[in-house]
Amino acid sequence: MLSSLRTGVQGLLRASSRSLQTSSALQHDSLFVHRDTPEDNPKVPFEFTEANQKRVQALLDIYPEGHKRGAMIPLLDLAQRQAGGWLPISAMHKVAEILKLPRMRVYEVATFYTMFIRRPIGKYHVQICTTTPCWLRGSDAILKALTETTQCSVGGNSPCGKFSISEVECLGACVNAPMIQVNDDYYEDLTVEDTKEIIEKLKRDEKPKPGPRSGRFASEPLGGLTSLSEEPTGPGYGLQDALKG
Amino acid sequence: MAGALTRFFKGAKPQFGIVGPLVNSNAVAVRNQQTQAPPAKTRGSPLSDCDRVFTNLYGRHDWRLKAAMCRGDWYMTKAILQKGSDWIVNELKVSGLRGRGGAGFPTGMKWSFMNKPSDGRPKYLVINADEGEPGTCKDREIMRHDPHKLVEGALIAGRAIGAQAAYIYIRGEFYNEASNLQVAIAEAYQAGLIGKNACGSGYDFDVFVHRGAGAYICGEETALIESIEGKQGKPRLKPPFPADVGLFGCPTTVNNVETIATSPTICRRGGAWFASFGRPRNHGTKLYNISGHVNTPCTVEEEMSIPLKELIERHAGGVIGGWDNLLAVIPGGSSTPLIPKDVCETVLMDFDALVAAQSSFGTAAIIVMDKSTDIVKAIARLIMFYKHESCGQCTPCREGVSWMNKIIYRFIDGNASPKEIDMLWEISKQIEGHTICALGDGAAWPVQGLIRHFRPELERRMAQYACTYGPSKAERLH
Repeated sequence: MLSSLRTGVQGLLRASSRSLQTSSALQHDSLFVHRDTPEDNPKVPFEFTEANQKRVQALLDIYPEGHKRGAMIPLLDLAQRQAGGWLPISAMHKVAEILKLPRMRVYEVATFYTMFIRRPIGKYHVQICTTTPCWLRGSDAILKALTETTQCSVGGNSPCGKFSISEVECLGACVNAPMIQVNDDYYEDLTVEDTKEIIEKLKRDEKPKPGPRSGRFASEPLGGLTSLSEEPTGPGYGLQDALKG
Repeated sequence: MAGALTRFFKGAKPQFGIVGPLVNSNAVAVRNQQTQAPPAKTRGSPLSDCDRVFTNLYGRHDWRLKAAMCRGDWYMTKAILQKGSDWIVNELKVSGLRGRGGAGFPTGMKWSFMNKPSDGRPKYLVINADEGEPGTCKDREIMRHDPHKLVEGALIAGRAIGAQAAYIYIRGEFYNEASNLQVAIAEAYQAGLIGKNACGSGYDFDVFVHRGAGAYICGEETALIESIEGKQGKPRLKPPFPADVGLFGCPTTVNNVETIATSPTICRRGGAWFASFGRPRNHGTKLYNISGHVNTPCTVEEEMSIPLKELIERHAGGVIGGWDNLLAVIPGGSSTPLIPKDVCETVLMDFDALVAAQSSFGTAAIIVMDKSTDIVKAIARLIMFYKHESCGQCTPCREGVSWMNKIIYRFIDGNASPKEIDMLWEISKQIEGHTICALGDGAAWPVQGLIRHFRPELERRMAQYACTYGPSKAERLH
């Protein structure tokens, strides 16, 4: 009797300790589905400019006949650049029309790749890498400096509308960590002061000089080369016998 | 009788009894008159500058065609092409070059798979420049500072496999690198080095650049092919392998940038030259990326089989706070299990030595962590990366990596039951090997490395949490 009561109570406890199931937290930086908004709906016209139409043709030319669909990602990227850094749904429809594909095929691709941004963003899209190699070198402090100077939260737009910040996965400049990418340029070897300076310059619409900030040119060790200090060898150095004569 | 004679002359040592040693010493005398293989190397040592393949790694010189030719690129390319496919493949086989993208498959063998009789379909070469593994940034240096090595390599590799065109799939974030590469390709077309009748060899070959759009999974070869075809980057089931059905349904070879860019130099200087570096089965030179807690993080080209400690001390200025401040090293990019300090003391940087140390060579991207590191958080951040990058096609990876991510983030504070360590281990084992591509394995290994070497640290955190806040929720539920 008592024991059955105990199991009952325990069962109740167990049930209550498992709280109401809620839908999982947002798993992605952006919403997967499309919601019509005044600035992004199928009625907003989109047409490639004259110059871009030539680019479209050049992009289509590099894929063999019957496989023109290969140009999908380059075309979406071109459309995104023309639309000011984000991809409206009407641009996706345009790409589907050019490639003669059902629209769904384009939606699939546009939602899969993280570089296609399906909401209006600021003029400067600041992407900060916070994966382990950058995190080890202090990317958390850089992220804090970014959000403070731009007054913009991660995944949102700044009140002035100029900046958007995304926290992204490895950008492939790990020996130059920590780093940020502003639109197409990498800014590497950052300190908090450097970050603030870059943002201040961008606020004035000046272009800060891309590349490492620590005084090195690229990925060589700072403070003196440990390799490749000699002049490179010329043509034919160490040519094997089979190619001689 | 004849049989007995043969047996007598071939006689093994025990048959001679007491005279055995004498006969044996005779045999040694005979052996001395023959050529002997040079003794195999047991470890690598620092290279001299003239033996480095990537002479403009740091961008100290111009990367355009004229300057590249002064450094020896595009030298006698016509002669190499005219030697024919078999000769090139053989040079690669002799060199012992293993793919530099992480899996380490012998390149010569991979190319020889393409030499089946043609069934009329065109063949393609696809170059994987979708570099996204945390810690790895070697291909970027090749593409922005030595793009002509890659273009020339594409031509030579294309000739070896009989391809009509190469697609270079470069990750979308590398905009400036793609732009340098595109300029290099345009220069090569204008100089007649590629295109119709490439280098005057009578062989037609095109090179195209395709920019991706930010998906780590597209670094997997079949996902990369899907992505070039304009689809979601979801890996395909193998077989059929890309050598049978690849890009646009045609036979395809997918190679890493570093593999392709090394091949012209191997052909020019000979496979035997390349094979003179590194231990057996691990030949050649390699680009190493040293990042994390070192004084001067850098990318450097060194011989294979060089000791890890020597590499860090010589080129990266040592660990911050001295060698004794070292906690652990991830030796080959984020998907390889970490190795603790005592292993780092002696381990050599090559495929076999790191497998023996229960890790993997991967892309030779060394992430150094000193004693100030929250090791659990470092690994948890990597799992978050894999969770974000999983394509969602296979259930073990899509669900399992999310579970691992949830559990390991609780491990950071110790808000977990010690039983969950084994549970986490089991989840990682259930993911490993049960997915189409290797992303699941790559997510499972860092966790396994953490549990293998830092279990006491995990348990200490849990005990400390229980001490401060009482038993964790997981403890109460079990």
